[in-house]
Amino acid sequence: MSELDGTIRVLASRVRSEERLILDALTAAGAAHEYVDPRVLRTVLDAPAPSGRLVLNREISLVRARYAAHALEAVGCTVVNSFTSIDVCGDKWRTSAALVRSGVPTPRAALALTPEGGIEALRELGYPAVIKPKCGSWGRGVALLKDEETARIALELSTSGSTPDGQVVYLQEAVPKPERDIRVVVVGGRALGAVYRRSKAWRTNVARGAVVEPCPLSPALARVAVAATAAVGAEIAGVDMVEDADGAPTVLEVNGRTEFAGFQRALDGRVDVAATIVDHLLTKEVA
Amino acid sequence: MTTREEVDPVSAVCPECESPVQTSVQLRLSEVIDCADCRTELEVVAVEPVLLALAPEVEEDWGE
Ligand SMILES: [Zn+2]
Repeated sequence: MSELDGTIRVLASRVRSEERLILDALTAAGAAHEYVDPRVLRTVLDAPAPSGRLVLNREISLVRARYAAHALEAVGCTVVNSFTSIDVCGDKWRTSAALVRSGVPTPRAALALTPEGGIEALRELGYPAVIKPKCGSWGRGVALLKDEETARIALELSTSGSTPDGQVVYLQEAVPKPERDIRVVVVGGRALGAVYRRSKAWRTNVARGAVVEPCPLSPALARVAVAATAAVGAEIAGVDMVEDADGAPTVLEVNGRTEFAGFQRALDGRVDVAATIVDHLLTKEVA
Repeated sequence: MTTREEVDPVSAVCPECESPVQTSVQLRLSEVIDCADCRTELEVVAVEPVLLALAPEVEEDWGE
């Protein structure tokens, strides 16, 4: 085993606002750190353990984020978030299953292994329902299914010409939602704040042009967001929720490589996500 | 440690519209910035000197 090296490595092939804020926060904290582009990362299993045993995974590509985390853990690094949680967060079905297992409120979801199975699953889930690519992000490829006719078309489109993996269908009951959803950012078991994301469309996503506004962080929102983050095994997450008519939160998504620049801007700098992430990393025991 | 280079604004030129890209902050390698003139997303592919390229299209597995 090599000498324990306190250098924190930040893994990211794109340095967006979030990564810049994190790198600047590391500099401000006087923490030894190194930026690593996963596109040039390679891991040889019998090579000596790399320096910089603590790794913050901010890789934008799911495939690279997942493999980089696995490879680095295989040679003794501690990766935040862990490989397991990236793997769960990157898959909507596994996220749903993890949330349900932990008793976190989330819409009813179904998995079907063929389009025909999807139609059967929708009969059980009921309409309207939502079809989502099980590994998609930013609202891409999400469609609202009003009835069996639209479902057949959507299933046909989403699975035609695809690989065996692409035949697998993830379906979710459509949650009646106000014109806004809520994002809570969680770091190290603590909810840092909440924002509303308003959108005219039924799909709400910043990447799709939603407007971000501050939202009071109620104890219920904080509790559910922290529970959802723990359910997927993450240390850092952006938890997307909607409130039902009684104000009870339901978790739609847990983002393990969360964007937070818009969140922080909306909260007028009252929350410093990057600095909190750095604090969390610095207090972490490296295995 | 990550090194951060001083930006020479004259050497940073938008590959799309060829206007000089002024930045008030020091750029980092792989940083994604917007051209103020044409709004094109640009990637910092070198910092010494600063070289900008068109940022790649969003890939299918990109996300948060
Ligand atoms: Zn330009």
